[in-house]
Amino acid sequence: MLKLLFKTWFLCLALAFGGQAFAQTASSDLFNQLGKANFADAEKIVVELAKSGDTKIVPALEALGAGDLYLRKEDGKVFVAKGSGATLTLTDPASGEAAGEAPKGALTKIKVNNTLRRAINSALGGLTLMSPDKATRLSAAQAVIKSPSGEMLALLETALAAESDAGVRKVMEEARAVSLMSSDRPLEDKKTAIQTIREIGGRDAIGILRAALPAADASLKPDIEKAITGIEDSLKLWDMGQNVVYGLSLGSVLLLAAIGLAITFGVMGVINMAHGEMVMIGAYSTFIVQDVIRTHAPGLFDWSLAIALPVAFVITGAVGFAIERGVIRFLYGRPLETLLATWGISLILQQTVRSIFGPTNREVGNPSWMSGSFQLGGLAITSNRLWIIAFSMAVFLALLVLLKRSSFGLMMRAVTQNRRMASSMGIRTPWVDAFTFALGSGIAGLAGVALSQIDNVSPNLGQSYIIDSFMVVVFGGVGNLWGTLVGALSLGILNKFLEPYVGAVLGKILVLVLIILFIQKRPRGLFALKGRAVES
Amino acid sequence: MITQFLLKGADRRITIMLAVLLALAVLVPASNLLLSPENPLHVPTYAMSLFGKYLCYALLALALDLVWGYCGILSLGHGAFFALGGYAMGMYLMRQIGPRGVYGDPILPDFMVFLNWKELPWFWHGFDMFWFAMLMVLLVPGLLAFVFGWFAFRSRVNGVYLSIITQAMTYALLLAFFRNDMGFGGNNGLTDFKDILGFSVQADGTRAALFAATAFFLALCLLIASAIVSSKFGKVLVGVRDAESRVRFLGYRVEHVKLFTFVVSAMMAGIAGALFVPQVGIINPGEFAPGNSIEVVIWTAVGGRGTLIGPIIGAVAVAFGKSMFTSAFPEVWLFALGGLFVAVTLFLPKGIVGTISGYVSARKAIKASKDAEAGVDVDKPIQPAE
Repeated sequence: MLKLLFKTWFLCLALAFGGQAFAQTASSDLFNQLGKANFADAEKIVVELAKSGDTKIVPALEALGAGDLYLRKEDGKVFVAKGSGATLTLTDPASGEAAGEAPKGALTKIKVNNTLRRAINSALGGLTLMSPDKATRLSAAQAVIKSPSGEMLALLETALAAESDAGVRKVMEEARAVSLMSSDRPLEDKKTAIQTIREIGGRDAIGILRAALPAADASLKPDIEKAITGIEDSLKLWDMGQNVVYGLSLGSVLLLAAIGLAITFGVMGVINMAHGEMVMIGAYSTFIVQDVIRTHAPGLFDWSLAIALPVAFVITGAVGFAIERGVIRFLYGRPLETLLATWGISLILQQTVRSIFGPTNREVGNPSWMSGSFQLGGLAITSNRLWIIAFSMAVFLALLVLLKRSSFGLMMRAVTQNRRMASSMGIRTPWVDAFTFALGSGIAGLAGVALSQIDNVSPNLGQSYIIDSFMVVVFGGVGNLWGTLVGALSLGILNKFLEPYVGAVLGKILVLVLIILFIQKRPRGLFALKGRAVES
Repeated sequence: MITQFLLKGADRRITIMLAVLLALAVLVPASNLLLSPENPLHVPTYAMSLFGKYLCYALLALALDLVWGYCGILSLGHGAFFALGGYAMGMYLMRQIGPRGVYGDPILPDFMVFLNWKELPWFWHGFDMFWFAMLMVLLVPGLLAFVFGWFAFRSRVNGVYLSIITQAMTYALLLAFFRNDMGFGGNNGLTDFKDILGFSVQADGTRAALFAATAFFLALCLLIASAIVSSKFGKVLVGVRDAESRVRFLGYRVEHVKLFTFVVSAMMAGIAGALFVPQVGIINPGEFAPGNSIEVVIWTAVGGRGTLIGPIIGAVAVAFGKSMFTSAFPEVWLFALGGLFVAVTLFLPKGIVGTISGYVSARKAIKASKDAEAGVDVDKPIQPAE
């Protein structure tokens, strides 16, 4: 024991002078002691080794963990031994230099148990703190935060003194604070450490503080408890933010699905039951485009969605145009019958797609820029959701500009507000109807491209969106794009806020009931259209 | 007096339909039970059950016709009332199983034992009594229709908006009944029924009785519906359908008229559901699916809305066609159904019965005008001399 203490002192001295050679002899000695040590002593030795801060011994420690460290019986020296068969290649653990070979029978394996393994891991975590590679240092510091120990403190402080990178420094500071909690440093230091941990935040920090709580000094306890509640409060805030993000993401999906419906309903007063199938056809267009790209031009795969957008728009727009010219135009003035006819069309479209592509889900790939996620404060945001939010906003704005700034938009608005008057002014209302329907269907196709990224592409894809889309349109009010926007986003957020309390299904039921009640209060939706159209 | 009121509404078409239904109620069970299987006139049990199912659909379509054809309310949620009536009946049948379930619990149905429930939820009490269950068959759909209609009609939710929120209603119920916590068996629903009023549901005699009951109730509801639409109230009803504002300005309480019809219709749908469940042997949340309710609309539309007998013909014809198609060429059925929706709305807006009767009355009008030209006074037929 005395010897060990002496060695420690030596080691500190060595570190202080930065004498590499000195350290090497010391660690070489320590390694040799490992050969005869019991588990408890071995643990202490490992801790000592870690304190050396010598990155050269990392492979040797790893070897110890993996059971590749052996004692040579004849001279009591310890080596890393690797290889298969009867002879093993020896490496000096301290210097990492080759040390010849030895037959297996001349070596004894150094045994490890779980406590020792833990010590090894934390030692490794500490050692890599000194690594010349920035990323290694960073991950080492993060590893310390995950499994802190008071033993690492000195090492961390040394590493901190040498650290030049601000980002790594910050993580190291945090790691130091965390380690400090389980060391025997003075109370003042611990108090500052608690503050630092509180600033880290997150569930890990709560775990660390909770673990420190029972053993902590009585004067520290209030501080720790305060820090825990502080972190919990901020976590709640982040959770709320996360719900808003989820809600916005759901809302943008609803917006995409409903916005085309809002246009056709607004202009023609017709709920198009086949709207969901337009979304589905849009998704299948994406599938076809990707299929063609996979076989003919694999390099273009990242562009597949950009190519699919116009393709889907044209296909679904054309289908919509055909439906309007072929069926719906004969049914004007009979909205309920139109509803039935479009339902029939939706069944036919579904069955057509099922006959062509089969009833099972089709695989639509995510381009590289759509996958992955990132962390923003306490918020986890996946790229595809972010893209969909951005995309739905882009579609919304484009549509807004089209309606407010183009002559076609002017005609559409005129027909929405007063069909007969618009007709008297020379607007060809049948063609406005046809193109409006094509436009609404085309937008549903665009929605399908986006939804193919987050949902199963199957013939039933549209059905799962159709009722939600109705709700958005009815809730938001007809003939007003802003109503659809507000309706979609608020329904999305409401849904996600209810979910944690009552569960997904009950949340959805509650939203439906709320909408039904809301319609009683405002039968024309949130943003009702004013004017003659209302009375007709 | 009630009989007089009921019979007053029956015109010739309704009378024929009533006669046909009552004849079916007697003849089909009789042929099933009394004739030997070799007899060409024998109706096998499976066919009788199948047609019993169609008659339930017919009753549901009749209920929808009352609100859609005569009051202009296109309900896309009538399947919900049907399913609620079915669930009420299903709960009675579940309680009748008693200790014969898989887990042998004398009180709790199997799925509750499976979910580790210790006692019966409060809303399951009383369903061991037939009269209570039958009361619920009427009351539950009626009450839902009353509450829903009370709010919707008072705030003048009309047309497409009303259709959409009725659809939302059935969709919400669909989601709710899928939950195990609701206490209605989750997505498996209620099944494995053993007996009804002490008779085994599998027995031929019970099946025949159920068929007769279905035909009888269909006839009864047809009689009630025709009495309603041909009464003074019925005229107001049609007025509401064609010019709601005018009727309101004349001083009628439009919302009361609508509410009454909606509730009566929902109760009829509940009866249909209650008769449906013992014949098919299962009720599950799938019956709440919005697609089912829309299919009811197409039955009504095919037969002819606003004719009362049209929906009965339409429901039986379409449901029969569906059975034929789905067994022969399953993938064609959706094409056929979808095509039917489009074709009927485009070419047969009045449905089969409406078109035929329109044709007949046009012929009559032509004949009458020809007669008038020929100098025959149709209004005052020449009385034979005494």
